[in-house]
Amino acid sequence: MSKRFGGFAALSEVSLEVAAGERFGLIGPNGSGKTTLINCVSGALRNEAGSIAFRGEEISRLAAYQRTRRGIARSFQIPRPFHSMSVLENLVVPLGYVVRLNDADARAEALRILQTIGLADKAQTPSNRLSQVELRKLELARAMAARPRLLISDEAMAGLAGNEVEEVLKILFALNATGITIIMIEHIMQAVMRFSQRVICLDAGRIICEGTPADIVKNADVQRAYLGA
Amino acid sequence: MKFWIGVAVTVALATGLALSRTNEYFFYAGFVVLQFVVLATAWNILGGYAGYVNFGTAAFFGIGAYTAVVLFKAAGAPLALQILAAAAISGLLGFGTGLLTLRLRGIFFSIATVAVIFIMETAMVNWRYVGGATGMQLLRPPVMEPFESYTRMLFVAMAILALVAVSIARYIEVSWIGRGLRAIRDSEEAAECFGVPTLRLKLFACTVSGALMGAAGAAMPMYMSFIEPPSSFSLTYSVSALAMPMIGGTSHWLGPVIGAILLGSVQQIVTVTISSEINVLVVGVLLVVFVVAAPDGILGLLKKLGWLLRSSR
Repeated sequence: MSKRFGGFAALSEVSLEVAAGERFGLIGPNGSGKTTLINCVSGALRNEAGSIAFRGEEISRLAAYQRTRRGIARSFQIPRPFHSMSVLENLVVPLGYVVRLNDADARAEALRILQTIGLADKAQTPSNRLSQVELRKLELARAMAARPRLLISDEAMAGLAGNEVEEVLKILFALNATGITIIMIEHIMQAVMRFSQRVICLDAGRIICEGTPADIVKNADVQRAYLGA
Repeated sequence: MKFWIGVAVTVALATGLALSRTNEYFFYAGFVVLQFVVLATAWNILGGYAGYVNFGTAAFFGIGAYTAVVLFKAAGAPLALQILAAAAISGLLGFGTGLLTLRLRGIFFSIATVAVIFIMETAMVNWRYVGGATGMQLLRPPVMEPFESYTRMLFVAMAILALVAVSIARYIEVSWIGRGLRAIRDSEEAAECFGVPTLRLKLFACTVSGALMGAAGAAMPMYMSFIEPPSSFSLTYSVSALAMPMIGGTSHWLGPVIGAILLGSVQQIVTVTISSEINVLVVGVLLVVFVVAAPDGILGLLKKLGWLLRSSR
């Protein structure tokens, strides 16, 4: 697919495939098109050329909410909680609109998800009073509430301390173990490398390298463009 | 349950008052206050719940009024029919306006809604059938039993309309629609990504809001026995419909009601005791004070004081 912003080509003929159940890493320097790529996949942006298929269905003309209902969920790089709602209610939105549970079931299910992610004690807290790590967890919890087949995690660990990164990684590994495909965008190299089975490196809207984490680290282009060697 | 008892009591009270020997002026002023309850409640469905600030209230109000006049002149339709038809036409206008403008966000949406007022007003100014720029005198039909005067009947009609508006707003607020609208207000992008059909919900809110505004406007020509474009499409309606929920509080259905009763009454008192010019100033000053000192309105203040209103839902 391709995506332009005016005269600027944010993505030029990027082509990739992610297998069901895969842990897939997406890296690249700032402005290389990572977020644009997943905005196109999740439906926040429309790609001009090319196509996007999900489970065999062409989805590039569907609205974002329809894609979510087909099983694509994402977290946002800068957390975007529904700030007038409690933590619990934040999860009730996708549970009601995507999974279509009634209110009582949605609340019970939301609480269950918050327990698995370690936010249960904050269920009634207004979401605008959360700390940074709690906000990141809420982003993931809300994505889980949409019962995705594919979860796109956009820098879920940016700005977190070492043990907090571990916590989030553990959550993502656990989600993947239940069969959810995960695309991870991350700048914390040691986390992406440990997590991903396969990695793609973007630079200036093009794929410059694709392979296992070990291949990527050794690749000369990646080192020049991103790793700063 | 409490809510419906409140509705029944209010209807009974309004009817009882209208049949009693209360001074005629009370109904004359009360009608205007109730009209603002409808307008503020209607505005809040899109402006408060979804966060889309609509400056076009006057357009919907005016089109409601003109729909009523056309029906009255063409077929001598009764008041109830005028109101229903006005709601339908304004609802359509809301839907159309929504289709054209709801893709705009923030201030751009607001500016687009102002344009709707001028388009509608210009159309009416150039329509001879409804009197064009000079307007048109209307002769009220004989009043229905058991009411003593037409104003009293209009007062009761507006009271019922206010309750209908509040019931609809309250239903939207506590239902899944309200949660979706709040998600849109908090973060439209996140709402869309978590399954909320944002455009559809906004269109729904804009249509319902427009329909209620039009219904409020429908009673105006009979109240004034006159219609003309400048007063029907007056920006004052837009400003008041926005100021009242802001002052009362936008997150709960009670907010616009409190704001409308408070501000509407103050305006009436100021008009009688000082001058009708000052009442616009009152709205402006109060709005500034609230936006600066209490951005969540009176309800927000009460909440801060610990008086939770949750139980009254």
